[in-house]
Amino acid sequence: MTLWKKLVLGVGALALASAAAAQAPLKMAWVYVGPVGDGGWTYAHDLGRKEVEKRLGAKVQTTYVESVPEGADAERVIRDLAAKGNQIVFTTSFGYMEATLKVAKSFPKVTFYHATGFKSAPNVVIYNSRMYEPAYLAGIIAGHMTKKNSLGFVASFPIPEVVRNINAYTMGARSVNPKITTKVVWVNTWYDPSKERQAAETLIGQGCDVLLQNTDSSAVLQTAQDKGAYAFGWDSNMTAYAPKAHLASAIEVWGGYYVQVAEAALAGKPIKTTVWGGMPEGMNDLVGVNAALPDNVKKQVADKKAEIVAGKFHVFQGPIKLQDGSVKVAAGQALTDKEIDSINWYAEGVEGKLPN
Amino acid sequence: MDSINPLVASAVAAAIPLMLAALGELVTERSGVLNLGVEGMMLVGAVAAFAAVAHGGGLGAAVLAGVLAGALAALAFGVLTISLQASQVATGLALTILGTGISAFLGRGYVGSRAAASFEELPIPGLSALPLVGPFFSLTLLGYVAVALLAAITWFLFRTRGGLVVRTVGESPAVARSLGMRVSRIRYAATLFGGAMAGLAGCYYAVAQFKMWQEGLTSGNGWIALALVVFATWRPLRVAIGALLFGGVTALGLYLQTVGIHISAFALASLPYLATVAVLVATSSNQLALRRNAPASLGKPFFDGD
Repeated sequence: MTLWKKLVLGVGALALASAAAAQAPLKMAWVYVGPVGDGGWTYAHDLGRKEVEKRLGAKVQTTYVESVPEGADAERVIRDLAAKGNQIVFTTSFGYMEATLKVAKSFPKVTFYHATGFKSAPNVVIYNSRMYEPAYLAGIIAGHMTKKNSLGFVASFPIPEVVRNINAYTMGARSVNPKITTKVVWVNTWYDPSKERQAAETLIGQGCDVLLQNTDSSAVLQTAQDKGAYAFGWDSNMTAYAPKAHLASAIEVWGGYYVQVAEAALAGKPIKTTVWGGMPEGMNDLVGVNAALPDNVKKQVADKKAEIVAGKFHVFQGPIKLQDGSVKVAAGQALTDKEIDSINWYAEGVEGKLPN
Repeated sequence: MDSINPLVASAVAAAIPLMLAALGELVTERSGVLNLGVEGMMLVGAVAAFAAVAHGGGLGAAVLAGVLAGALAALAFGVLTISLQASQVATGLALTILGTGISAFLGRGYVGSRAAASFEELPIPGLSALPLVGPFFSLTLLGYVAVALLAAITWFLFRTRGGLVVRTVGESPAVARSLGMRVSRIRYAATLFGGAMAGLAGCYYAVAQFKMWQEGLTSGNGWIALALVVFATWRPLRVAIGALLFGGVTALGLYLQTVGIHISAFALASLPYLATVAVLVATSSNQLALRRNAPASLGKPFFDGD
């Protein structure tokens, strides 16, 4: 084949592709576990979907189904979306894992993107956000704002994702003030405002004055405001709930990734590799930093964020010590992603024993 | 010792809405009507109260809205079960599902905002500083009202003619009818009162305790309130004690974690339910007490031709 022919073919293919794109937009669908208006997890995913619509306009056509329970309903909804000609389906909750894999087998031409899971397939891609990064930055702020050197954490379930956030929060605080310790209360639920509030009351009653939570409601933050303590928002910017108590919010940012997925698919080279993104990829952030914070604190947080973004600092780089003071990660070393994903130990400064 | 008062305060705060809803249901059940829709009525009351303050209505309007919304939901239940003789169990369950859905739908616009007005704690000087009992004197206005309602309901049920009428209807509607009592009307009144109290409990969650609206705000506490009524063998004071016990056991489970007593978190989480089962076993082992207090016609429809 001559160069000339190649060129013509290439241009022709491009023209065809763009013509096809102009005729039929890329159909993308999202499956949400909660209502779009939950102000947290699902809300953040829907912001991502809207970002895709805004950036790619007529090149894409998006739909979503909200409040889909993790169970038999999920499989039915995912199957339905695939059958309706969506080329990309995002299933945005851990509990959709098996349903996604099952449907993916029947629709080899559709690419499924599953958030926070751990099982992939040729057309099932996993993506997740490193929430321990904003948790570490929150820790730095907490380290400056605590008067009693005692932090509190309202934790959902003792799984690596939560345990590493507790460690990151504590390590961030101790990077400022090594006398700080963190008390943890497990509530064994993702969402129960009543229990979250009681847990926060307990921690504050025990002398903790800056709280972080890994649960979905804003109850911890509101309790902190009522009791004159500080706290953070989680999953979405929760400033409005408690303007005085709110120090900052750790949030996931999915828009950038969703746009990348869409653009790659439009270019005919769909993303097929697992993505575990963080601040360098723009997949999470610490937002709504309280304007009343001292300037040096704001600057320190911004500097550390810049280091994380530039890849110069990793939260789980050594030296990291265990509760008994023994070295877990030596200076100059860092945990691998696999190790971070299976953390089942408390770092130095966390009080109590990890439930098993 | 200074960690005891926060623990008690946490228990008391959790107990108040449970007690409100359970007291309402107790009156309803005393008239022979079993309304399993407490959770749904609470949610409707909560969203109505939140909406009232969100639109500038103030706290009085919030209470009114919560109470009316709960009563309205109970009215729907009453029409179906008292007038149309539908199954109380099925209708009650339907009411819970309906209330959950409707409150989520109506509350969509309020997610993500703080309650525009809220009840704050009003400590009674001196008393609120006492060890152990201090938190009982540091309630919100709605909390004090709840305590007053406990006294009023106890007095009404056991010291007034009206209370006797309600209990007679619950015991034997046929006898009540033969004595000239309007069974349906009395049951309607008791059902509406139960709904109003559940609505008030929802209002407490929305504007006194959480000061926010999120879908499923009451997170299953309506069911706990229902269990409390049986737990208390249909006696108001025992409802209050049961609510405190439930709030206290949850608070204690969380408290133990922070002082380094290492019991499995899962075991701690099941403590309140274990306590409920234990007390239920204890109360039902005394069949006489149970039979003496349980309304004999509970859950049975009665047609009095009204």
